[in-house]
Amino acid sequence: MSFNVQEYYEELSGGNVILSYKGSITTDLINNVLDTVETKLQEADEESKIRKKIYNVLVESLQNLYHHIDELPDKYKNEFNSKFGILVVSKEDASYKISVGNFIKSEKIKYLKDKIDKINSLSKEELKDMYKFILNHQKLSAKGGGGLGLVDIARKTGNKLNYMFQNFNNDYYFFNLDILITEAST
Amino acid sequence: MEPISIEGTPKTPTVKFDAEQGIIEIKGRSIPENSIEFYKPLVDWLEDYKSDPLPKTKVNIQLEYFNTSSSKCILDVFKKLEAIHKAKNDVEINWYYEEDDEDMLEAGEDYESIIRIPFKMIEITD
Repeated sequence: MSFNVQEYYEELSGGNVILSYKGSITTDLINNVLDTVETKLQEADEESKIRKKIYNVLVESLQNLYHHIDELPDKYKNEFNSKFGILVVSKEDASYKISVGNFIKSEKIKYLKDKIDKINSLSKEELKDMYKFILNHQKLSAKGGGGLGLVDIARKTGNKLNYMFQNFNNDYYFFNLDILITEAST
Repeated sequence: MEPISIEGTPKTPTVKFDAEQGIIEIKGRSIPENSIEFYKPLVDWLEDYKSDPLPKTKVNIQLEYFNTSSSKCILDVFKKLEAIHKAKNDVEINWYYEEDDEDMLEAGEDYESIIRIPFKMIEITD
């Protein structure tokens, strides 16, 4: 049976949710989400250190979606909008969780998996070196992505990136990334 | 040279580049989806300024947030400043960060180690 996006989204949205969204990831959506989350964190009187980390990670994870979502074939367009992605920001005890998900073509999985596994294997110092190396040696893509987003997220949170690739059909998987921001990150 | 003066927005910083006073300032948030569009005129301006800079250039960078797309463009800005410095001109770089914002302090240290001009790290307290 193929992966069910709706069920997955509902499961994610079951906890103490600050914001959840599924649909097109556009510039306007990103702006709205950033505004909403920033306001909610201020209202919750969260410390500025953790607020900044959450904001930074949200920017990177949403812009990663914006730059990297793969479009499904036309026959799915009634079910999923173009640039379809999901985002759930939730809080559990003292940690915040940012979950993002998007469709990805099967042939890209290996590259992404290798990249995340590599990031997860590195120490804090090694991540810093990797960040500086990419910053100094890799050109920005035409879309403005720099290949630094995941490295930056791992560095700022100090936590491993949890991910899953769930089979949707022969050519597409649904990629889920869970990012934890804990008090210890600050 | 015409100065650059850009008002900040929720996603782009306030910018003041003034060749007559030798002042380069970037302040606020820099989190656009595509930063090249925003930074290209700034880097081009510095390329011009590089040919005839003041003996002393003062640089103030005070960012609240910046995304990884901007981080590369900001490095391009610093690389132009490095070239001005290498040509035996004085370049003073002030890197401001908010109290307790260790990530922003560390970001300044990353740039400092890449471009090899000493940064003055200045903590802003309320």
